[in-house]
Amino acid sequence: MTRPIPLLILALLISVSLSLLAGRIWIDPLQPVTPNAFIILTELRLPRAFLALCVGAGLGGAGAAMQGYLRNPLADPGLFGIAPGAALGAVLSFWTGYSAAPWTLPLFSLAGAAVAMALLTLIAGRSGGVALFTLAGMMIASLAGALMSLAISLSPTPFAMSEIVTWLMGALTDRGWHEVWIATPLTLTGLAVLRLAGRGLDALTLGQDAARSLGMEPHRLQGLLIVGVGLTVGAGVAVAGIIGFVGLMVPHLVRPFTDRRPSALIVPSALAGALLLLLADCLCRILPTAIELRLGIALSLLGAPFFFALLLRMRRGLV
Amino acid sequence: MLVAQELVVEHRLAGVSANFRSGEVTAICGPNGAGKSTLLACMAGLLAPMSGCVSLDAVQLSSLAPIERARLIGFLPQTPEVAWDLTVETLVALGRLPWRTSLEEDAAAVEAAIETMDLEALRRRVVTSLSGGERARALVGRVLSGNPRWLLADEPLANLDLGHQLALLGALRRLAREQQLGVVLVLHDLAQAMNFADRVLVLADGSLLADGPPEEALAADVIAAGWGVKARWLGEPGAKALATAG
Repeated sequence: MTRPIPLLILALLISVSLSLLAGRIWIDPLQPVTPNAFIILTELRLPRAFLALCVGAGLGGAGAAMQGYLRNPLADPGLFGIAPGAALGAVLSFWTGYSAAPWTLPLFSLAGAAVAMALLTLIAGRSGGVALFTLAGMMIASLAGALMSLAISLSPTPFAMSEIVTWLMGALTDRGWHEVWIATPLTLTGLAVLRLAGRGLDALTLGQDAARSLGMEPHRLQGLLIVGVGLTVGAGVAVAGIIGFVGLMVPHLVRPFTDRRPSALIVPSALAGALLLLLADCLCRILPTAIELRLGIALSLLGAPFFFALLLRMRRGLV
Repeated sequence: MLVAQELVVEHRLAGVSANFRSGEVTAICGPNGAGKSTLLACMAGLLAPMSGCVSLDAVQLSSLAPIERARLIGFLPQTPEVAWDLTVETLVALGRLPWRTSLEEDAAAVEAAIETMDLEALRRRVVTSLSGGERARALVGRVLSGNPRWLLADEPLANLDLGHQLALLGALRRLAREQQLGVVLVLHDLAQAMNFADRVLVLADGSLLADGPPEEALAADVIAAGWGVKARWLGEPGAKALATAG
């Protein structure tokens, strides 16, 4: 069996160093570092690279766990309504004008994610059933979506409206170290929680009854998943806005290189998600467009055709 | 010994008591809706009865942590599913999930299960590519790798042809004899129950209709009472066939 983890770590190390050099201003690693280059490196590119790694790892790991939990390769972290909840929080911070201070936007967003998590636990927590849980998540997602649209349509100034819409597209531009300090601990904790859910997810491969006969406790697993996905996805949205397709796409790409147990997929998916987001962000940065391409849009542009090709390939196997 | 005491489940079981002994194959038979699967789910600790209790060697099942129970009782559901394209080896290894043992110990248990269920040639095959009979063997292998003391299976013969039915039942009976495994099977085929089980429970309408050696528990009058079918047994012990008349 191929071992994806060492390869992914190697690819990450190479990509991180390259990503630091690439951008509007290319930095030549052979020249002595100028003061300007030093500032670009430490204040712009380094935090941005860390943020890409962090957000990508969270989305990739959460996607792998979600697909395992719902036993469906088409599941996406957005299904639980946590990402829309976090986005709604961010929108409210723009709407109220609190987004001006550097810490408030992510905090509002995290609060939105927490409310979505609490709602999920309240609605679905009693039965522990997967179907009710998914429906609750979709309900929260559509409610948050509707409230976001309401906030946009009622936004106090056209400026706030355009700010909200741009932010929702997801990007890593103009982020600094304080976003890294917010997202990193939350994402790492979330990934650790998702790793704890690994055994339960493996058991669930055999269906609900067989999984319970193997000692899986539905409530515990559901709780771990809510907390794990909530922390990773909530932190990701709080610092980068909505970035789709990573959670859906990455587990697909990684799965053939593992033994296909959900638990074996979480860490490689996190690493591959980090790699994908880092590369996509570099691409956005170096493309010669007048205004930098938004990362969320770039990933959807890449992701949708990719996913379509994947579906066409799967179709042969499915029919 | 696995003991059910006065199990009551709304609309399903109306006070069923039974003892199951390890080293024996016990078949649970009965018409559709008699409560067979419900009884099995209670015995496996997956369903809490409204009243009554299940105990394992004098310990109440409900007092065990799920993971402790999982080490003692292996369960094969009626419609087993495998969600991902796992290989047979990986599937069998899932049976080790309740254990926190060393990798060597896990590997040894998986090897033993692969050997017992004759899965060596299939170990690298993907489960979804297997035939029904191979798949059934792999799924039993999954239960066995957890070294349970009990194996509870809900209609394990469904979708198997006659040859594979006999092979699976033979393997389970051998396990019961050689490893003192307690085997409890929900069976629809009364001839298989008659020929392979050491003991048969017959359920009808959530109550116990008969409990005993197969010749008694599946006697013609029990079949008439439980299934409303007139039938008689032909052939010699161990190779009996059921002849039904309109």
